[in-house]
Amino acid sequence: MSNLLLFPVLIPLLFAAILLFFPKKIRLQRLIAALGAGLALLAVLFLIAKVKADGIQAVTLGSWDAPFGITMVSDLFSALLVLSATVITLFIIFYSFPTIGVAREQSYYYPAVLFLLTGVNGAFTTGDIFNLFVFFEVLLMSSYMLIVHGGEKPQLRETIKYLLVNIISSALFVAAVAFLYSVTGTLNMADLAVKIPQIEATGILTVIAVMFLVVFGFKAAIFPLYFWLPGSYYAPPIPILALFGALLTKVGVYAIMRTYTLFFTMDTDFTHELLGIIAIVTILAGCIGALAYFDVKKIIIYNIIIAVGVILFGVSQLNEAGVDGAIFYLVHDMLIKAALFFLVGIIAVIFGTSNLREMGGLIKTYPFLGWLFLVTTFGLAGIPPLSGFPGKLLIVQGGFEGPQFWGSIVVLATSLLVLLSVIRIFIYAFWGEPVETVPLKKSTYRKMLIPSVLLVALTVLLGVGAELFMPYISGAGEVLLNPSIYIDAVLKE
Amino acid sequence: MRTNDVMLQTATKVVTFIILMFAVHIFFAGHYTPGGGFVGGLLTASAIVLLMLAYDIETVKKIIPFNYVMMTATGLLLALGTASASIFFNVPFFTHAYDYFDLPLWGKTSLHSAALFDLGVYLVVVGVTMTIIQTIGEDE
Repeated sequence: MSNLLLFPVLIPLLFAAILLFFPKKIRLQRLIAALGAGLALLAVLFLIAKVKADGIQAVTLGSWDAPFGITMVSDLFSALLVLSATVITLFIIFYSFPTIGVAREQSYYYPAVLFLLTGVNGAFTTGDIFNLFVFFEVLLMSSYMLIVHGGEKPQLRETIKYLLVNIISSALFVAAVAFLYSVTGTLNMADLAVKIPQIEATGILTVIAVMFLVVFGFKAAIFPLYFWLPGSYYAPPIPILALFGALLTKVGVYAIMRTYTLFFTMDTDFTHELLGIIAIVTILAGCIGALAYFDVKKIIIYNIIIAVGVILFGVSQLNEAGVDGAIFYLVHDMLIKAALFFLVGIIAVIFGTSNLREMGGLIKTYPFLGWLFLVTTFGLAGIPPLSGFPGKLLIVQGGFEGPQFWGSIVVLATSLLVLLSVIRIFIYAFWGEPVETVPLKKSTYRKMLIPSVLLVALTVLLGVGAELFMPYISGAGEVLLNPSIYIDAVLKE
Repeated sequence: MRTNDVMLQTATKVVTFIILMFAVHIFFAGHYTPGGGFVGGLLTASAIVLLMLAYDIETVKKIIPFNYVMMTATGLLLALGTASASIFFNVPFFTHAYDYFDLPLWGKTSLHSAALFDLGVYLVVVGVTMTIIQTIGEDE
């Protein structure tokens, strides 16, 4: 059935619309939200099986021919990202039950989460550059609502910044698309990939490529454009923060990966070297932030920025190892960031603060939570059997094979800093003299722990069973490295 | 002291209907001439806003007892449903269908499923605009 690839986008949209009818009935809201995310997950699993078996799925909406209608394309890369996004959203819905609070649940919280999932899945699936913009707006609108949801003072303050930055970057996005359209005369990504190599004036295309890097860099938080992220992500409550940290920046990363492998390949000496350098500086800037703060949320937030740098460094090398590594690391990072925010959320609730200096001795009262957190930190740093390892290994290998070997050395060295930054949370919060804690109901604790455990288990599975997932990853990388496969799938006949 | 706005209210009673008829006209004209769901919805909302200016929010709520959030959701479902109907015919999403019908008063008329999608857009636009205005208007 040709419309299968649209189901992960349409199911959350349908359920979000249904949820608008009865905002006050919390039980029904929870049930239907979980049902929507669950059905979407089921659809993605079918989709991945189909893409693996039959190759790239593409459908052009409204039965128009390919470059004229809006094409939705699902290759393994986008299908994998849609899968991770849907899994994470499902867990976040479960994690929200005990944490988000009744008042927030009654004012359209779950519809906003599902609209966000619609936007994220749509952005991963679309094959049209302007449609990508529209899906960006869908997810940004939902994120505006979620970041201000509850209306506390810090949230209001940070929302203004977040809104301003994103409105400016969206306006730039429109301008960049307008430039690209005036040069090539098409908006379909596959058609762009055909037209761009035929254009001899590569100067203007390089300018447009850098413009796109700026636009997506705002969303993905790369080096000079990440200034808004630490403050804005700090404001909303933990489930929303987990949702943002796991999904939003990754959509920007995806967009950079897609555009920089599919069509901006005319002057790689300039554009991809620029991307590589920016990625390395992003890693360094993130490390400085992650080490500078004594606040559990801030530390993990800066780790988002580090991961964005690592992934983009892999992409900038444009060789098989680098791109495969970037895809693996992207999937790993989405899962592990959500897991880390979940765990940090539990820790912050137990202590009643997110300040590391006021914590201590939790391993005596919550031993399981402690060891779970330790496993997650090792996964983040990339210690061998866990999920951070294969991706980073491939990225480093890609760097040594590619033009920027010194970048690989930075990636390796900063892994130690990443480990240091998160192990500090473990040392301060779990070791030492026990500090007075806020009493936490056993059932609430269990409800928060179960989604976290499942998510950590998933990341462990991803690391231990890396060999199992590698065919999917390399299949995704193959499409990125050979745009002709993508073009043929979209512009068939 | 409450000012006497009998002029405004009397004029509103007439003008509102003209605006509403014009909104309907613009809505149906969308396929062949400029217009469509978006402007049609905005015009309808402007008619309701005029009512709110001439009377007050409570009175207008009594005249038009709609929950605008639900109106938005209904419009969303209608638009989504029209687009998704193609899934059941196993053609690409958003494929529309049209045909010519002999209607009693209009004669030969082409009916297009895109009009239903437009109706969804119309409901969403009216719902969202009125939600914004009502929420700000009721804010103390």
